[in-house]
Amino acid sequence: MTQEISQIWVYLSASPLLGLTITLLAYQGAFAIYQRTGNNPLANPVLIAVSVLVLFLTLTGTSYETYFAGAQFVHFLLGPATVALAIPLYTQFRRVRSMLLPVVAGLLAGSLTAIVSAVLVARLLGASTSTQLSLAPKSVTTPIAMGIAERIGGIPSLTAVLVIVTGILGAVGARYVFDAMKLRDPAIRGFAIGIASHGIGTARAFQVNEQSGAFAALAMGMNGALTALLVPWLLSSF
Amino acid sequence: MLSALTQLLIFQLAGEVIARGLALPIPGPVLGMLFLFVALLIKGGPGENLQTTSQNLLQHLSLLFVPAGTGIMVHLHRVSDEWLPLLASLLVSTLATLIVTALVMKLCQRSPAASGEAS
Repeated sequence: MTQEISQIWVYLSASPLLGLTITLLAYQGAFAIYQRTGNNPLANPVLIAVSVLVLFLTLTGTSYETYFAGAQFVHFLLGPATVALAIPLYTQFRRVRSMLLPVVAGLLAGSLTAIVSAVLVARLLGASTSTQLSLAPKSVTTPIAMGIAERIGGIPSLTAVLVIVTGILGAVGARYVFDAMKLRDPAIRGFAIGIASHGIGTARAFQVNEQSGAFAALAMGMNGALTALLVPWLLSSF
Repeated sequence: MLSALTQLLIFQLAGEVIARGLALPIPGPVLGMLFLFVALLIKGGPGENLQTTSQNLLQHLSLLFVPAGTGIMVHLHRVSDEWLPLLASLLVSTLATLIVTALVMKLCQRSPAASGEAS
């Protein structure tokens, strides 16, 4: 019996089926918890799903590579989903156009703050150079951030993790920050969350308000492009 | 749904090809988003098909970050060695970015628009 089970396990651990299935299961479980708490940002579904998966993979001794062979099918959809952000952007275009100045100023200020503050704090607290470099692009969406890290000598896979943690922090904390600032405009709330915490923040914004989501998507796209230009330039001038 | 997904992939492919071909710093999917946005402006809006498919895809946008996030297990060693600078950096920077972006936008917005409800 145990031998049969171990044979089944040998099959499952070699096939992409398991990685894909547990990703979907973990996320659906996490999303159910999130909804049960009334979309409380503290019960962030990415945070819960990732914790469950890391625990499961560690306990079963499964490597991340094996897991990712299956999970890559979900990961791949990030591309088309990014393209699909054009639709909410189009729907909210009139409001975006009426806020051109705040949007451009917010983008510049936010993008600079995200890069400089991350590197400075890490440097002050004695992080290694490769860690500092991996932190620089942490506020932009995963594929862009990994590309930047590679170009400047950071560690792309570490950057991917830092990007996700940043996204979760922003998605969890934004509501409390904005409420403390007495900031109500859903456009500004969405845009700031998109600058600070890219797609995970954008996902959260969409769950709260369509207009917030559209502005978050806009911010995430613009910040991705700007950060790709700013990071190499900032590094070479300091 | 199939035709909408194909459309999204075509725009992504176009973005990818042009970004790589011209060695642009902008990633393919973001360029694809830009192309689709321009196409929507010209066409005057998405069809029902594309609208529904995108809505379904974006509704679970956070799912798509789970595989990359699970990659933290590969870096547990470094993360535990440098947890303080990493955590402090991410916390301070994320909060600062949220506050600075929101404040600058508020200051630049001379006449607050009346549309939209608080989230």
